Amino acid sequence: MRNRFSRSVQTTIVFLIVGGVMALALGGYFSNASNALTDTLINVQFWFSSRFIAFQDFFTAPRDIATLRQRNAELESEVAELQAQVIQLQQQVGQTAILAALLDFAQANPANRFRAAAVIGRDPSPFLHYVIINRGSNDGILRGMPVVTDQGLVGRVDAVIADAARVQLITDPGSSVNVRLQNADEEASLVGSLTGDVTLDLIPQDTVVKTGDLVLTSGLGGGYPPDLIVGQVVNVRSRDYDLFQQATVQPVVDFNRLQIVLVIVNFRPVDISPLIPSP
Amino acid sequence: MIRNLLALPVIVLAVILQSAVISRLNLLSGYGDLPLVMLAAWALQDEVESAWHWAVAAGLLTGFVSGIPWIVFVAGYVAMVALAKIMRMRVWRASLLAMFSVTFLGTLLLNLFSLITLRLFGVSIPLTDALGLLTLPSVLLNLLFAIPVYAVMRDLARWMYPSMEAG
Repeated sequence: MRNRFSRSVQTTIVFLIVGGVMALALGGYFSNASNALTDTLINVQFWFSSRFIAFQDFFTAPRDIATLRQRNAELESEVAELQAQVIQLQQQVGQTAILAALLDFAQANPANRFRAAAVIGRDPSPFLHYVIINRGSNDGILRGMPVVTDQGLVGRVDAVIADAARVQLITDPGSSVNVRLQNADEEASLVGSLTGDVTLDLIPQDTVVKTGDLVLTSGLGGGYPPDLIVGQVVNVRSRDYDLFQQATVQPVVDFNRLQIVLVIVNFRPVDISPLIPSP
Repeated sequence: MIRNLLALPVIVLAVILQSAVISRLNLLSGYGDLPLVMLAAWALQDEVESAWHWAVAAGLLTGFVSGIPWIVFVAGYVAMVALAKIMRMRVWRASLLAMFSVTFLGTLLLNLFSLITLRLFGVSIPLTDALGLLTLPSVLLNLLFAIPVYAVMRDLARWMYPSMEAG
């Protein structure tokens, strides 16, 4: 009986001590001690946790790498597909932009009737600057018709078959176009070269030619319609002992990037060769 | 005879590739000549009996596409096949070195014919420009094309003349 009583007293005392300690702790009297204790516990837990994660990574990593590799391959495949789509869409956007510009040009020049054609090749010989287009006599294309883009003059049709035509560019060494300088209001002759540079020749010495002057077709000779933009003067060569001045012209058309051109189908070139007296 | 008919699709393909692709890959003002390199490789194969009709067909077709008269290409290609024949007679089992030699001389010949013809037609082309900016780059590109084209034409020749190879 005495023994049971003493146990109850001991239990009560223990509870009272624990309760008192808890009450003191909750009251903030043990804050320093509890902070030190929790810091230690957290550090110990961090140590165990980090070691466990390291072991877990060590044993599960191969499986994760395989999964990641598979996922990486899937994503790379998806990226490749998307890149192909982007390229395709960029091409379509580029073509649409070209066609829109050509349409604007055609609408701005209602006097002319145009036939659009794609450039499908170039002359096999590097001596000539010709392009092959995918429109021919079946589409109303005839020899001598001028070819332009929305930027300016490209050249003229040199030969035609049923579904294709060969166009001589103004950069061709054998090409000669009668032009006029807009600012100087003077006629001249524009000739091509092997390198693709175009030069203005037969400019009278007393004509004032400046860099940046606009060069347009004159219409003389009946080979081209008048007032088609050809390019701008970038360099003038004038020597006292020469009969004429020369000028280098930067064409407005980028001949390396020709994709779609317009053939002026209602223009008929005039053949003036019978009128030229033979020597 | 039936074997020789294969020349047509091969030449047509070469001329299409020349006009659509090779002529856009320029170095300075020059670019390669696939039909020429292909003919040189074909004419140098030991198994091949005749390459003359290939040269004429390639010349006619290239001349049809080009603004230069067809006779220039026919003459140039036939002359190059003749060069290849001479090389085959002189050298036992024509090697890649013979291919380079024929390609080099063939390109020079064809460019010379083209230049003379254009000058006869009144087109003014400075000789130094033609040599430095067009002919030499074209020769270089043709020599680059020579290696893969030679391998392809060798395989084609062995496929077309299997019995000769076995002998």
